[in-house]
Amino acid sequence: MSEVTSTVVIGAGHAGLAASHFLTERSIDHVVVERGEVANSWRRERWESLRLLTPNWLSRLPGHAYSGADPDGYMSATEVGDFIADFAVGSQAPVRTGVTVTSVRRTEAGYDVATDQGAIRAGSVVLATGACNRPSVPGLAAGLPASVEQVTAFDYRSPDRLAEGGVLVVGASATGVQLASEIRRSGRPVTLSVGEHTRMPRTYQGRDVLWWMEESGIWGQRYDEVDDLVRARRLPSPQLVGTPERATLDLNALTDLGVDLVGRWSALRDGTALFSGGLRNVFALADLKQQRLLDGFDAWAADGATGERPEPTRAPATSRLQLDLTSGEIGTVVWATGYRPDYSWLDVPVVDGKGQLRHDGGVVDSPGLYALGLPVLRRRKSTFIHGIEDDAREVVDHLAGWLGRS
Amino acid sequence: MTTTESPVADNGVNVQALLDAREVLKGAPEAAQFTWRATSQWQNGVHTQVKVQPFFGLGEEQSHAAEHVFDADHPAVFAAEDNGITPIEYLLVGLSSCLSAGVASVAQNRGIQLRSVEASVEGNHDIRGILGADSDVRNGFNDIKVTFKIDADASQQEIEALVAQSQKRSAVFDALTNPTDVTVEVV
Repeated sequence: MSEVTSTVVIGAGHAGLAASHFLTERSIDHVVVERGEVANSWRRERWESLRLLTPNWLSRLPGHAYSGADPDGYMSATEVGDFIADFAVGSQAPVRTGVTVTSVRRTEAGYDVATDQGAIRAGSVVLATGACNRPSVPGLAAGLPASVEQVTAFDYRSPDRLAEGGVLVVGASATGVQLASEIRRSGRPVTLSVGEHTRMPRTYQGRDVLWWMEESGIWGQRYDEVDDLVRARRLPSPQLVGTPERATLDLNALTDLGVDLVGRWSALRDGTALFSGGLRNVFALADLKQQRLLDGFDAWAADGATGERPEPTRAPATSRLQLDLTSGEIGTVVWATGYRPDYSWLDVPVVDGKGQLRHDGGVVDSPGLYALGLPVLRRRKSTFIHGIEDDAREVVDHLAGWLGRS
Repeated sequence: MTTTESPVADNGVNVQALLDAREVLKGAPEAAQFTWRATSQWQNGVHTQVKVQPFFGLGEEQSHAAEHVFDADHPAVFAAEDNGITPIEYLLVGLSSCLSAGVASVAQNRGIQLRSVEASVEGNHDIRGILGADSDVRNGFNDIKVTFKIDADASQQEIEALVAQSQKRSAVFDALTNPTDVTVEVV
């Protein structure tokens, strides 16, 4: 006999718990199933020094805000885990931890959710498993010499656990610049392979750049107002780090630390990494985009004030086009090349050829199936902690309508 | 991507056709597979003549309206007859024309009227590589520099953005900055 409920929420991260909050508010019977513990990825799949990109005052969940002594600071991964766990307790979310979903199937009446602890039948399902279930590593990783160790941002914990020797960090999103910085500071030679990236100063005119993103309305921009949604959803995370000094961590800061910048890793030939010669243009693209962003802040503030503009990204006089990985110079390659979702357990044909869920603002292309916590799901801020509230409310609105109709 | 905001801008690029093609080919990747071709005939010395006309694309054989003939040779300082530009200079021809086409297309798409687009391209080349005089010197360019002078109804920042976006979408820029797998056979 299967258990029966109205809604199964899969994943007890901030997204699943926010869904639960609004389901409870509407008295919709539901359970939240979680393969690990609440906020599992924050506790088990992040490196030791990681801090949230958003300042504490902005890190809020429905009915749950930061109440500590440092509103301008940034929570550590453990603190984020605790913050989410407190939210789960406060909202009395019906969470079942240690339950792994093995399949979700469509039925006449809704969905059968099979787990390693028995089956649950539900009229609707909310997928809140996030966009970062697996590291996304390029195919050329398979051909690297065995003498070079490879770690992803999932496995990486701290510089002292890396193999001896130089480190090649691949990818210049928030993850890549943070890891390149801390590995370089530990004394290792670091080379950073840079493709297209999103540059942001930590502060602008004295305020956190994410204050500007929030207050100017950019983050609130809806998914159906974005010019190129596919592109917006694929945008790399901004080059930011949360430190007490509120320091900017852009490529110039890394150059000052002694990190060698090279172009995008385009091929591997006979054990040698070949990098793109187009490095200057990825700098130009990111610098121009940053200027437009700051121009937009000024235009929004409309007070005639302009903050100090970051200097253009300094291109190295010559950037290396190749790096022999068999020479011993590089001991470790750190893949900071992004993440991808894992829907291998989802037996509903709603995943496209690139592994992404087909959905319209979280309403998945299968009646009664919903998603939360994906990039630009309903707004630009969708994947940030505070971005979940509006998305979850609206998705649960739609879900309630669906349940009422069926 | 913004659509044309200023209807008066006309750079002669049919952007709508390109945007339409982009939409169609998203769902038909096989039609997007093109093969560009050239055939060459050695003449004499280091002079070779190359002809370009047919190509393949959109699932079938295609053809340029006319055959185009290119002569490649070396200049007198290389003790050659100089019947045409050197092969490596053709790469500069490709790069500057590709980037300029990109500037025009992006400008059209952004509603920016161009009045003139001039590019000068310099490829620095240490010929000790091809002469075998120093095995540490590569055969190809050491580096390439492109300098654009653009007169347009746009701010400096918008013009810089045109040039950056053009590089981002340039076939020749990509072919020169990233390695390509090349097979050469004898039949």
